[in-house]
Order: sequence, then structure tokens, then C-alpha cells
Amino acid sequence: MSWVTLAMSEGYSMKLAGFLLLLAGWGIVLSTIMLIAPTPARTGFVLAGIAVEALGLILVARSHLEPKGERQG
Amino acid sequence: MTPLPAPVLSQIAVALCILFILLVPLAAAGLALINAGLGRAHSAAHSMLASLSVIAVAATVYFVCGFSWQGFIGQPAHVFTVGGRAWSWIAAEPPFFRGLRLDGSTASLAAWLQMLSVGLAALIPLGAGADRWRLGASCASTALLAGWTYPLFAHWVWGGGWLAQLGVNYGLGRGFVDAGGSSSIQVVGGLTALAMAWILGPRRGKYGSNGLPNAIPGHSAVLVLAGCMLAWLGWLGLNSAGAILFTGAETGRVVLVAVNTTLSAASAALAGTVVTSMRFGKPDASLIANGWTGGLAASSAGCAVLDPAEAVIVGMVAGGLTAWAADWLEFGLKVDDPGGAISVHALGGIWGVLALGVLAQFSGQTSGQFLAQLVGVATLIGFVLPLTYGLNLLLNRFYPQRVSVDGERQGMDLHELGADAYPEFVSHSEEFIQR
Repeated sequence: MSWVTLAMSEGYSMKLAGFLLLLAGWGIVLSTIMLIAPTPARTGFVLAGIAVEALGLILVARSHLEPKGERQG
Repeated sequence: MTPLPAPVLSQIAVALCILFILLVPLAAAGLALINAGLGRAHSAAHSMLASLSVIAVAATVYFVCGFSWQGFIGQPAHVFTVGGRAWSWIAAEPPFFRGLRLDGSTASLAAWLQMLSVGLAALIPLGAGADRWRLGASCASTALLAGWTYPLFAHWVWGGGWLAQLGVNYGLGRGFVDAGGSSSIQVVGGLTALAMAWILGPRRGKYGSNGLPNAIPGHSAVLVLAGCMLAWLGWLGLNSAGAILFTGAETGRVVLVAVNTTLSAASAALAGTVVTSMRFGKPDASLIANGWTGGLAASSAGCAVLDPAEAVIVGMVAGGLTAWAADWLEFGLKVDDPGGAISVHALGGIWGVLALGVLAQFSGQTSGQFLAQLVGVATLIGFVLPLTYGLNLLLNRFYPQRVSVDGERQGMDLHELGADAYPEFVSHSEEFIQR
């Protein structure tokens, strides 16, 4: 199975989207620290970044919900 | 960039540090016993051998290249500048400890402690992968953890990296603070455990056709509880040495560290007892043991800066959290984690890191401390989890990590080692396995 076929199957796209959201949320947090002065807005943007990470985590968790106990090693 | 000045320790501090670091292997022994006890009897010898093997691999790989990525405050590092502020992202030490004089200097003590700590972090995923993770694959995965993931994050926290400098560079309190490794040891290990539980999938027979989990009880509560006691001793050493080396705590503060560590574990175990008694009508040994260990994991971050009463709060929340999270992972997310590694180490550690931001009282500039801790947690979830998952998924493509169906049915001991841990005992584990 090629990488492309694999990416389109088995719920890999949801997993991929989840991990991209995790990285994007971290990017928002880092950018906030670098670019925004110490104001309440900075805390808000950091929390927004963490919210994006939470969405990513939910997607990744959902992509793994199907039990795989019967699969071959 | 000119490296930050390395902390200088008094002779008594050096002597105490050596004593505390000598205790740390007891934490590893404790975690190994907990993992073995919570797994099946047919995998007990495999579990203990895997523990010894990953400690060996972790120490060796850390010696070869891990410390050269992690470094220590005052040692050379790769730095880039953003808006006039330096971001130290990785150390620039030569491999094989060649930049270190192993003579009791602060950097050499830190390297020794880290060589043991990375083994501790590598033991954590074994709990999540119990009964189905091949020995060779667990060693290969450990090499990735000890050679790249752990040193990178540990540099950011303990090696003068950008997380530690958030206070100086961006006015966030004292920067990200973690004395004993709630984040760099516990959460990094716990998130790797989560990645492995996802990649390996649940054990055969864990989930029925209706999607509900079947109970596969651990084979020895005695091993688990003995492991908790050993882990306690090891954590006393880990937190005390970390407090001196990484937060510059005075030697007298070790008393506070020991009291906080003990209180956090004790209150977590008591909270676990109350929660499981209310839920099941009787205290549950394995969940109380998870509570105890979760209390230890949560204690590490703030052990040198929290008051004892605050350590009790940290422990109580950790004990309740681990008991609740174990059920949530098993029933809600269908994550099969026999050793409770994810709830204990990942969630317990994250709570410990955040609790420091909420509860700690520093003298001087303290505003923004919670935000600094929050940035650390965001880095763990947003960067370390994808990194460790990606590395292990890639490894799984070339070197399948899960044992074959026959091997799982047979038991890891017989399949991979050729002999059971308890050959003279009749065991009933087959009743848990779907045929």
C-alpha cells in the first residue's frame, strides 16, 4: 500500500487533521508570546491556541476510537 | 550567544546531590514492578526484562547523543534571535559526554541524573504497551525517546532553553519551572505512552463486539504495591536532586521537598481510596496505587516552592484525577492502558505543572507564572505528542511493534523469551482472551 493510498484510508485524514491542529495551536501560542505585549489579550490568544490544540486532540482521539484488538501484528 | 552562567554548588550540596541521585534507580525499580504487576502473569518476565532493557538502551543512547542535545545551563547551545530575544532551542555539546568533566561539577551531576531520568521516562510507555509490545520494538522506541524527544524538551526546561527563559525574555514570572520533572520526565513519558497505546491498539479481548471493555486484571497487587513504596524512595531522591540542580534550591530546602513529595503521594492515595470506595464499595488496590504514583508525578514540578498544605491539594486532585481518567480512557476513548501510564504520568504531570502556576508564591516578579506553565503544557501537547507519535508511527512502518496474534495468545514470556515467569503455576489468563 502506497503512502498516498494509506493517507486516504483507515481514517488517516482525520488523524492527520488532528495532528496539524495540534501543531497549529502550538504555533499560535508561540506567536502570541513573541508578538504580543503583556496584556490580557496575550493570555486570551494563548488560551485560543490551547483551544485549537484541544480540537486537534479530540480529532486524533476520535480517529483511534475503532478497536484494533483483532488486527495482526 | 554567551551561555548563561552555570550554577555553583557548595561541597555539602554536591555531596547531598550524589546521595539523592543514588536513590533515583529505586524509582525505576518501582515503576518496573508496577508495570509487571498490572500486566498478565504470562507476560511478567517479559515486562521485567523489557524494563531492564529500556533502561540500558536509554542510558546508552543518552550517553551517545542525548546529552549533546540536552546540555546544561552554562554549556554551549544553538540559539536564534527573534525580536532581539534569544531562543535557545538545542544544546551544542559534543557526543559521548566529551564536553563534560565527570568530577562533581554541576553539569556532570545533571548529566548523571538525566541519564537515570531518561530511563525513568522510557519505563512509562511500557505500562501502556504491556502484554503486546515486542521487546526489540520497545528498545528501538526507547532509542528515539532517549536520543531525541526527551533531550530536546529537557533542554528547553533544564538546559537554559527557551521555556526556562520565558521570564527573562517575555516577563512571564520566572519562566517555565519544573524542579523534579513533572513535565520533562512524566508528561513526555506519559504522552509517549498515549502514542504507543494508540499505535499498538488494545489487547485482544479487551473490547467485546458491543464495544464495552472487558476487565483484564493485573496479575499481582503485591508487586504493584511494593513498587509504589520503592517509587516513593526514588522520587524523594529525584525531586531533591532536581530541586538543587535545576531550581538552585538551598540544601536546607530539601526538607520541604521531602515533606511535599510524601504529602502529595499520601493525599493522592487517600483520595484514590475514597473515590474507589465510593464507586465500587471497596478500595481498589490498583487504582489506589495509580493514585499514589500520580501524586508522586504531580509533586515533582512544585516540590521546592509549594507549601505543605498546597502539596496536599496537589496530591488530592492528582489522586482523584488518575482514578477518574483511568475509567475515561478505558470506557470513553477506548484506550487500553494496563499500567495506567497515561492517566498517572501524563495527566498527573500536567496537573503538577499547572498547579505550580496557580499555587506557587515566588518572591519578586511573579505575574505571568501561570502563563509560563501554560506555554509549557501547550508545547507538550502541541509539539511533543505529534513528535513522539510520528517517530513511533514511522518506526512501526519499518519494524512492527505489536506482537503477532499467536504471540499475544501464548503470552509474551513464552513467545519472546521461551519460558514463563511462573512455570509451576496454573494460570487462568486464557479466559480473558477471545478465541
